[in-house]
Amino acid sequence: MSETAIPSSIQAAPASPAATPVDPSSFLRDKVRWRWFETVFWLATLLPFFVAETYLILASQIAITALFAVSLDLIVGYSGLVSLGHAVFFGFGAYIAGLLSKYGWGEPLTGLLVATAGATVLGYLISFIIARITHFALIMVTLGLCLLMFELANKAHWLTGGDDGLQGMSMWPIFGIFDFDLYGYTAYAYSLIGLFLSFLVIRRIINSPFGLSLRGMRENVRRMPAIGASIKRRIQVIYTISAGFAGLAGGLLAQTTQFVALDALSFQRSAETLVMLILGGAGQLYGGIIGAMLFLVARDQLAGMNPQFWYFWLGLLLVVVIVFLPNGILGSLAKLTSRSRRKP
Amino acid sequence: MRKLLLGMSGLAALAMASAPAQAQNQPPIKVGLIMSYSGQFADLGTMMDNGIKLYMKQHGDTVAGRKIEIIRRDSGAAGTAPDVARRLAQELIVRDRVDIIAGFSLTPDALAAADVLTQAKKPGVITNAATAIITARSPYLVRTSIALPQAMGALGTWAAKNGTKNAFTMVTDYGPGIDSEQEFQLQFKQGGGTINGSVRFPVANPDFSAFAQRLKDSNSEAVFVFVPGGEQPAALAKAFAEHGVNPKSMKILSSGELVNDEALKSMGDAAVGMISGWHYDHNLKTRMNPEFVKGMNELLGGRNPDQFAVTAYDGMHLIYEAIKKTGGKTDGDALIAAMKGVSFESPRGSVTIDPETRDIIQTIYLRRVERVDGRLVNVEFDKIDNVKDPVKERLKAEGKLTADGLAK
Amino acid sequence: MERRALFRRGRLSRPAYPNVNGLPVTPRIASLLFDGFAYGMLLFVLSVGLSVTLGMMNFVNLAHGSFAMIGGYTTVTLMRSWDWPFFATLPVAFLMAAAMAVVLERIVYRRLYGASDLDQALLTIGIVFMSIASAAYIFGTTQQPIEMPAYIRGRVEIGDFSFGVYRIFLVCAALVITAVLVLGLDYTRFGARIRAAVDNQRMARGLGINVDWIFAVTFAIGSGLAGLGGALAIEVVGLDPNFALKYLVFMLIVVAVGGMASIRGAFITAAMLGIIDMFSKYYVPEVGAFVLYAVMVGLLVWRPAGLFARR
Repeated sequence: MSETAIPSSIQAAPASPAATPVDPSSFLRDKVRWRWFETVFWLATLLPFFVAETYLILASQIAITALFAVSLDLIVGYSGLVSLGHAVFFGFGAYIAGLLSKYGWGEPLTGLLVATAGATVLGYLISFIIARITHFALIMVTLGLCLLMFELANKAHWLTGGDDGLQGMSMWPIFGIFDFDLYGYTAYAYSLIGLFLSFLVIRRIINSPFGLSLRGMRENVRRMPAIGASIKRRIQVIYTISAGFAGLAGGLLAQTTQFVALDALSFQRSAETLVMLILGGAGQLYGGIIGAMLFLVARDQLAGMNPQFWYFWLGLLLVVVIVFLPNGILGSLAKLTSRSRRKP
Repeated sequence: MRKLLLGMSGLAALAMASAPAQAQNQPPIKVGLIMSYSGQFADLGTMMDNGIKLYMKQHGDTVAGRKIEIIRRDSGAAGTAPDVARRLAQELIVRDRVDIIAGFSLTPDALAAADVLTQAKKPGVITNAATAIITARSPYLVRTSIALPQAMGALGTWAAKNGTKNAFTMVTDYGPGIDSEQEFQLQFKQGGGTINGSVRFPVANPDFSAFAQRLKDSNSEAVFVFVPGGEQPAALAKAFAEHGVNPKSMKILSSGELVNDEALKSMGDAAVGMISGWHYDHNLKTRMNPEFVKGMNELLGGRNPDQFAVTAYDGMHLIYEAIKKTGGKTDGDALIAAMKGVSFESPRGSVTIDPETRDIIQTIYLRRVERVDGRLVNVEFDKIDNVKDPVKERLKAEGKLTADGLAK
Repeated sequence: MERRALFRRGRLSRPAYPNVNGLPVTPRIASLLFDGFAYGMLLFVLSVGLSVTLGMMNFVNLAHGSFAMIGGYTTVTLMRSWDWPFFATLPVAFLMAAAMAVVLERIVYRRLYGASDLDQALLTIGIVFMSIASAAYIFGTTQQPIEMPAYIRGRVEIGDFSFGVYRIFLVCAALVITAVLVLGLDYTRFGARIRAAVDNQRMARGLGINVDWIFAVTFAIGSGLAGLGGALAIEVVGLDPNFALKYLVFMLIVVAVGGMASIRGAFITAAMLGIIDMFSKYYVPEVGAFVLYAVMVGLLVWRPAGLFARR
């Protein structure tokens, strides 16, 4: 935990060995360009509709979790801030969406917008605290805030339903047409669109000059002020944005399951999402999505096969990834493929 | 990166497409179990699962000419996330095509799954989740465990009737705790008692000294306690003992959780004299209980069954009975209709499914901890038969319950 | 309403002390202080090992609870299956946890000494998951009660106060552990080596100190202390597979607030948190678990390095 240690799990894949100076704007232009395999990837996310209708609900929860993981990636992977309490915003968004629907406004899209806005505001307020601290204290403060929020929601039994969960939500059909069905067609379509649109925005943000300055901050927190970039301001901005997307994910979960439980705010949800992100590869754009996919599919399969012992294998996987694949699955594989491609 | 993304998408498609295809001419009846097999409440899942295993061992796996197939799903894998329980219910219905769902370890799990059951018209048999309101959330939910207010209300009435003038209440600050607190206070006051004060413990609470001290300073005649199982009963009882609160100086009234086997072992003689109101104990002297306990001992490697085992055992019995009544038909409405009003003999005595609320009507036993043959056991000294869930009875009286037993 | 009734009762049964929230203050201060201190000492024995591994060695060791659990299960097994007396199991609990720690340190931990907080946290979370599953597999999911010898179960009464004997024992144990650690670290040659190695590895190596070995031993000591703490805590907080995670937050709070590198800091913080928690739960139980978390967040924002940070 020395000041200069660069987190290996969130280190970007190394630049080409030639290290020729690159013009930043052309570098960014290159990054922004949409690759064909990305198109294939997103087209593939439509497959469950055709080949696995009975897995649509799982797919929908994967999409929501992936969005939450990507929002976390903004601060963990791209800015180098560790948070063990990001579920604060996820849960806050979920409760806002849930309460709106419970008290008579069941329109999904506006509900989602309000949830996002609410989480953004909360994120902005909390960012004043976050920008002050670093390292282990930051981990503990984010964890503490998460626990506080959880307690608060538990205490506000009259509003949130406490431990029993928020009941009595009723969602209107989307555009008045698409009702949330038992198979999850609407739920998956809705979550997937939510994920995709958010992803586009996030992709744009991290490939902007602002996004580049975040990575600079991650790599060397002392040098950035020296080149005239205010660290605190940047931390606040990215933290607020990240909170907003987390709230959006929470709102999606509340609306598609028509239920909000205290668990949405739990430390466990924060930690699990962090695990997914690291498994997939932080700071890799697709890392959160791949991580969420692998984690949730593996959990579904393993827990189905061996309910009492699957935790062991998850733990082992985590240890192996941290020790042997420091850039996460995606990062390490990407490194492998790029190495093999460089060979003549 | 590119190959990888492609590979990933292919993999995902494959994983999702691997749903088992099935084609049998004599299809079995499928019962899906949603229980916490892992995580914080794993022990509860273990107990319930073994209760079901024992029932099927004793009664075979064929009813009305049709085989019963059990499909197990773990709701504990994601901690206490009810969205998972809800998804599992949906998947059991649309993918595994189950006819009945049983289990539900925790209240939020059952509540989250309630409207899935309504939408799919599939019966859900609750074998643990215990807050009162659950069965009023879907016409397809039936409960064989307990509505906590049943036991806690009965305890309150009994305490007031037997000369306790004032009491202090202490519960864990979550749904079931609040449910218990309110019902005990209400019925105790109706019986003429006064409530001296109350506290709610945080859910994670390693030390109870402050609360024990506060209780002592209230100079109450009795204390009512509800804590979930696990490590808290023993921790609380020890804090009581250390602060001079013991059954000799103050009546200690509680649910069965405070005086379960593990807690008693750890409390030692400090527990002697504690009074509890509960629906089951392995020491109960009913007709079926000795055989049930013997069977469970074998399955659990010598451990005694607790209420989770018996309520799951009864849940399975209810399912078998309903299938017998419908003659092997698995239509959801027919099954629910068949379950309503069923009376049967359980290891905890005779029970009935209330045809109006679909909740269980059962005997609440009042027990006192005593040392018998060197072991601490709960000895029954009084009982109240045919206890209905008082919360729903009140709702009914106020006209807030529909004919289907749903909350308006 | 009810509280007012309680207040009236309080006034009837004793002289009119100053009161807070309807509860007497003066006669309670002593016993609340003791209870709070004892609770703090419980937190301290659980987390002192962590202030060695996380505090001194700077390793975000979230698996601390797992080592505590090893100690706990060791004690339970020895007492149940071999009828060992409780006190005799304590050194074994220490050694078992320490032995396990050495194995893990050699295989995985040492690879991550220079890594980021996040990597260390996730690695150790992985170990926590594995330990929970293993414990459930080996010992089952149930609580593991132990029957303590009678002489340590009761309570002593002095006038209006009554103290649990086990709590008094816990306090003594915590004081002994603190004394041994502080003396060992500050006044022995080995302690000086440890301090040198964790403060400046390169310099220590240059001076001919076997840093590798020192790290392994220090890690073993920290984890052994965890095992000891786990064994001591069973009587109060119970033991089941989830133990590894259940009390982790409390352990982290003590170390983070105390200032990472200081045994004394952890001791004072644990006592302080215990007392604050006790008073708030007695006088304003409505705020529940808020106080402890709020105090932590507040203190860390005010002093991110902790109250008693060495540097």
